[in-house]
Amino acid sequence: MKRIEAIALAAQAAQAEGALLVCNIGYPSRELYSLLDRPENFYMLGSMGLASSIGLGLSLARPERRVMVLDGDGSVLMNLGTLATIAHHGPANLLLIILDNGCYGSTGSQPTCTSLGTDLAALAGAAGIENVQRVESAADLATALSWPEGKPADRNDRGPHDRRACSRAAVIVPTVEPGNASVPIIDLSPQEIIDRFNRCARPAGPS
Amino acid sequence: MNPSLAVYRGLKSAGINFVASVPCVNLQGLLDLVARDPQLIHVPVTREEEGVGLCAGAWMGGRRAALLMQNSGLGNCINALASLDMLYGIPLLMVISHRGGVGESIIGQVPMGRLTEPLLDAMQIPHISLLPVLTEDAVEQAVAGAWDEATAQGRPAAVLLDLLFWRGL
Repeated sequence: MKRIEAIALAAQAAQAEGALLVCNIGYPSRELYSLLDRPENFYMLGSMGLASSIGLGLSLARPERRVMVLDGDGSVLMNLGTLATIAHHGPANLLLIILDNGCYGSTGSQPTCTSLGTDLAALAGAAGIENVQRVESAADLATALSWPEGKPADRNDRGPHDRRACSRAAVIVPTVEPGNASVPIIDLSPQEIIDRFNRCARPAGPS
Repeated sequence: MNPSLAVYRGLKSAGINFVASVPCVNLQGLLDLVARDPQLIHVPVTREEEGVGLCAGAWMGGRRAALLMQNSGLGNCINALASLDMLYGIPLLMVISHRGGVGESIIGQVPMGRLTEPLLDAMQIPHISLLPVLTEDAVEQAVAGAWDEATAQGRPAAVLLDLLFWRGL
């Protein structure tokens, strides 16, 4: 599947669920903006590697909201510790989607280590995230995106002192083809992006 | 003065309700207070830059966020402070154990110790270094004031806590 197809499926799922959607820097944000722009989309323009961290902070701040993150293999490799942190602190409302095209797609498609065999789904599992799925097709991604409500509750039998009891974040790693769609740059200023996002992300009333 | 308690009171006075941290031996008392506070969400992170991302997301979700770390971690955060917080106008309170100055016993702390304030100056990040002679009330006000500054400017602000501050001399 092409990356823009995977982004379209994730964007549609986010829209259907009213989810906040944090999107990685570069072409993924441009593709998302051209496909389905919503004020609930946060487009990263810098800080490569931190999409999952921003999403984790959001999901902890707003536990009643669904938070989705569109990340990439190169970016997650830059911040691998995020998988351990999400494993032990990531709440059930957080879904991390790592689009794995095996390369740095926004800078000329230089290969990343996932193209040589590094397995980000296995790394996520080894970090302690229990709900991890690798998907190879658009149909499987669509299925995975249907929120697995039943699975996390299985862990409620753990004692309150088991830190994993509070960690139910999920990870999906879709394999996607290298290459970028021909899409324009985002014609929103950073202030516009964050102002409209904050209006959606924040609880009503003074903070 | 109990330095840890004074800084903690400052966090509370500022309304901080989200904390990301990477430990320093001098922050252990403060980290214990933070971890025991049920009104705070506390996330120990693996690297300080990760904490900048977490705090930004938490602020976007309506929280008041602080990052507790050693000054060595400031170097791990520079790009995120610039291309996330400063780019979008996101406030952040950084409470930094400032190693590498007077009384430092570990030579490896010295280079970043000397660079900490010049780096903050270069980034136009407001910062204040708390003195050991301050009262608890003054420390509390200074920490809360740093958050006010961060909010007013829409950018990070730093409180630097030197070795002498912790020793109370």
